[in-house]
Amino acid sequence: MSATTPDWVSICAATSIEPGMAGTVPVEGADEIAIFHTIGGEFYALVNKCPHKGGPLSQGIVHGDNVSCPLHNWRISLTSGEALGEDEGCTPTIPLKVEDELIWLDRTAILAGQKV
Amino acid sequence: MNAQTGFQTSDKTSARERLVVIGNGMAGCRAVEEILALEPDRYAITIFGAEPRVNYNRIMLSPVLAGEKSFDEIVINGEDWYAENAIKLVAGDPVVHIDREAQQVVSRGGVIESYDKLLIATGSDPFVIPVPGKDLDGVVTFRDLDDVETMLEAANTSSKAVVIGGGLLGLEAAHGLSLRGMEVSVLHLMPTLMERQLDEAAGYLLKSELEGRGMEILTGADTGEIIERDGRVGGVKLKDGTQIEADLVVMAVGIRPNGTLAKASGVEVERGIVVDDNMVTSDPNILAVGECVQHRGECYGLVAPLWDMCRTLAAGLVASPKPYEGSVTSTKLKVSGVDLFSAGDFSGGEDCEDIVMRDASRGIYKRVVVKDDKVIGAVLYGDTADGNWYFDLLKKEEDVSEIREALIFGQAFASGGVTLDPKAAVAALSDDAEICGCNGVSKSQVVGCIQEGANSVDAVRSTCKASASCGSCTDLVESLLALTLGDEVEESAQTMCGCTSFGHDDVRKAIVERGYKSIPEVMQEMHWSTPDGCSKCRPALNYYLLCAWPGEYVDDQKSRFVNERLHANIQKDGTYSVVPRMWGGVTNPRELRAIADVTEKFGARMVKVTGGQRLDIFGIKKEDLPAVWADLNAAGMVSGHAYGKSLRTVKTCVGSEWCRFGTQDSTGLGIKLEQMSWGSWMPHKFKMAVSGCPRNCAEATIKDFGVICVESGYEIHIGGNGGIKVRVTDLIDRVETEEEALELSAAFIQLYREDAWYLERTAPWVERKGLEWVKSQLFDDPATVPALAERFRYSQSFMQDDPWAQRAAGARHDLHSHVGSISAGPPEDGAIIAVEPAE
Repeated sequence: MSATTPDWVSICAATSIEPGMAGTVPVEGADEIAIFHTIGGEFYALVNKCPHKGGPLSQGIVHGDNVSCPLHNWRISLTSGEALGEDEGCTPTIPLKVEDELIWLDRTAILAGQKV
Repeated sequence: MNAQTGFQTSDKTSARERLVVIGNGMAGCRAVEEILALEPDRYAITIFGAEPRVNYNRIMLSPVLAGEKSFDEIVINGEDWYAENAIKLVAGDPVVHIDREAQQVVSRGGVIESYDKLLIATGSDPFVIPVPGKDLDGVVTFRDLDDVETMLEAANTSSKAVVIGGGLLGLEAAHGLSLRGMEVSVLHLMPTLMERQLDEAAGYLLKSELEGRGMEILTGADTGEIIERDGRVGGVKLKDGTQIEADLVVMAVGIRPNGTLAKASGVEVERGIVVDDNMVTSDPNILAVGECVQHRGECYGLVAPLWDMCRTLAAGLVASPKPYEGSVTSTKLKVSGVDLFSAGDFSGGEDCEDIVMRDASRGIYKRVVVKDDKVIGAVLYGDTADGNWYFDLLKKEEDVSEIREALIFGQAFASGGVTLDPKAAVAALSDDAEICGCNGVSKSQVVGCIQEGANSVDAVRSTCKASASCGSCTDLVESLLALTLGDEVEESAQTMCGCTSFGHDDVRKAIVERGYKSIPEVMQEMHWSTPDGCSKCRPALNYYLLCAWPGEYVDDQKSRFVNERLHANIQKDGTYSVVPRMWGGVTNPRELRAIADVTEKFGARMVKVTGGQRLDIFGIKKEDLPAVWADLNAAGMVSGHAYGKSLRTVKTCVGSEWCRFGTQDSTGLGIKLEQMSWGSWMPHKFKMAVSGCPRNCAEATIKDFGVICVESGYEIHIGGNGGIKVRVTDLIDRVETEEEALELSAAFIQLYREDAWYLERTAPWVERKGLEWVKSQLFDDPATVPALAERFRYSQSFMQDDPWAQRAAGARHDLHSHVGSISAGPPEDGAIIAVEPAE
């Protein structure tokens, strides 16, 4: 959690992403966000970019709390954004909450990742 | 209604402080019990209840519905309790107004009561999904005894019930109605039953069990409306158009904290009534407990937190404060004969370790999640004896590093002290202890066969059969190998992935022979060590099931690599390339025009002639794919499957129609081959070619299946590859007619489909199995080729439906669209302001 107070914005209904899949949220002026729904039922949001070559993580296979990047099969932890195994690198994670059956993202964290 | 069952206050209570409780349910009465236990004479107490009855145990309504208990048996506090404690009960007359200034409450019937302290325990309301027909006669929720009575009445007079909601409450309602003789269908929005408490594996077991009891369970079922028949409920219509008949519809999709009254009086309410650690609301004289409250951002719908809250409340009101710090909850399903337990956080995550044990023969699944040497979550199905032990470890945050190895075996084993090392536990087993339950193999028999030379798990499996069936004793056999041989143990054969001790062949064989029909079923029956597999085994299992059960198995999109999910090839910049099929490499002006138009219309940055004699359009965005396909479809083109583990291209030369050397119509045969086999899923990509003469311009000798035309007919080649490791084909037959060539192609493809491992091209497959094996499989018995070809054609009858056309028509729209977007705000603050959820 960032030091500043989260500024929650609702994105979509929780049911719009089926378990084992991911949804994408384009952001004007910043990187696209991927929202993952694990088969175990958890939601996570990450910048939709593999730390390796920028592959769209939203299109990878989700297993447990990891996603395998569709480009070169790097495994990325959905909880920390860190590459797992031999690989090194990290994708920014975005605070997310599910409330009133909606998915909410922290606008402050999205802003922090804004492109210059 | 409005029957005032008052128990008069006596004189001696008049000097006491006045406590008014709104809510005669579990929380309200429990709070009063706690207060009375600490200081019986402190307060003059009045309880208001909306229901016209005494305090009963709401969570036992399920057994009442199921006929396992009567109402009298679930009463917690009868009339005598109110009398003995001089409590005034106003039942069937809910409070409608709180006057905080005057410190008074007013009931609907006009009863006015003053308070020094007010306790709100209004519980929660069932959530009714806002669909047409929700108010019809025969649509009920499952919250109080009136609901139960309505359901029992329906069970006596009618036969079909639909329960909307496959969570804890919905399943208990379904179970009760089913025991009362109704035909029950459960509609659940999510793919897994009780997805908040269970993972996919346990959800699968529960679904199978309930289906076995005759209930119909529909997952992914989104209710569209409730249909009327003769003035009352007649059925449910799903958003996908499916209709289910019903005389009774039970809505059990969830509950909402009831903070209406509190909110109307100006007490702070968010999702629930906001309370601090002493259960005090924003008004210092008003407290709240139970399902109506929101504490540290959490709302609870289970009974255990309520007990904790009531203890804190009583301490704060009469003794010294004992702050409430939130609860860790556990769940048990009250369906007789189903043992199910879940507690804590089992979603996994960073630094979490999953320990999974499955015993298919007994229908058991256990999963314990450990983080930083502490148990943080557990899901148990089939054997919940250790549920409370895990829950205890979890709540006390005990360090389990010492018992880590034996944790999953349960308390008896892990706390035994001397048997912490599994190897030591195995060494301590007696000689006649059974190791493999499936095949009845004892420890001495396993050790005997190891001493006679079986030095790997595979060797043990093939000699004494231990661990050759369900595989759950593989660990025991490995321990025995290590104990008997020390370092001389041979690594066992290649397993599918880290999730299983079985190899590809074992899994394929089991799917066919034991009739496994879904990914969760394979994982459960074959004891997968992870809850939902990995990116290696999921796509492989999906293919094996698709191959084994054509027309029956439903493709699992979440187990597909991106290219196969989106029917296009992902490129390094995240855009996609699109390759329409060009039969045998032949095209025409109409197709070329459509490709040119699409390229310009969607701003594709490049068009490239591929090695497979067709055109590849680069740089298409995933949102544009369906529109691109619609345009290509309109020109008569279908998917080229350039993205799939499937038939790619059939390369041809122009053959006898144009070429002065051509011996046969190689182009025509190539087109026929492609029309026969397009759309089929394979273990890996599959390429064919037909050359019109031995000059071999179509390079047929480096394809998976190649035909070289000669004057006398057709030479059939297999197992070639032009990739990283070039392999020239082997000639397996010479045939005289096109029909024979086509038949042999179909048979070879099917043999490869049924035997090869996932992601194994034909070249390494032929190397691994041996050319002689392939020939003998095809030619030893003259009935084999027609049988294989027939199986291929049968499978193809389900596959030749252009996936692009389906997507262009709107199928799986979700895969091609964003779930929402965030646009930049006004320039003055530069903030992101507008959020537009997708439809």
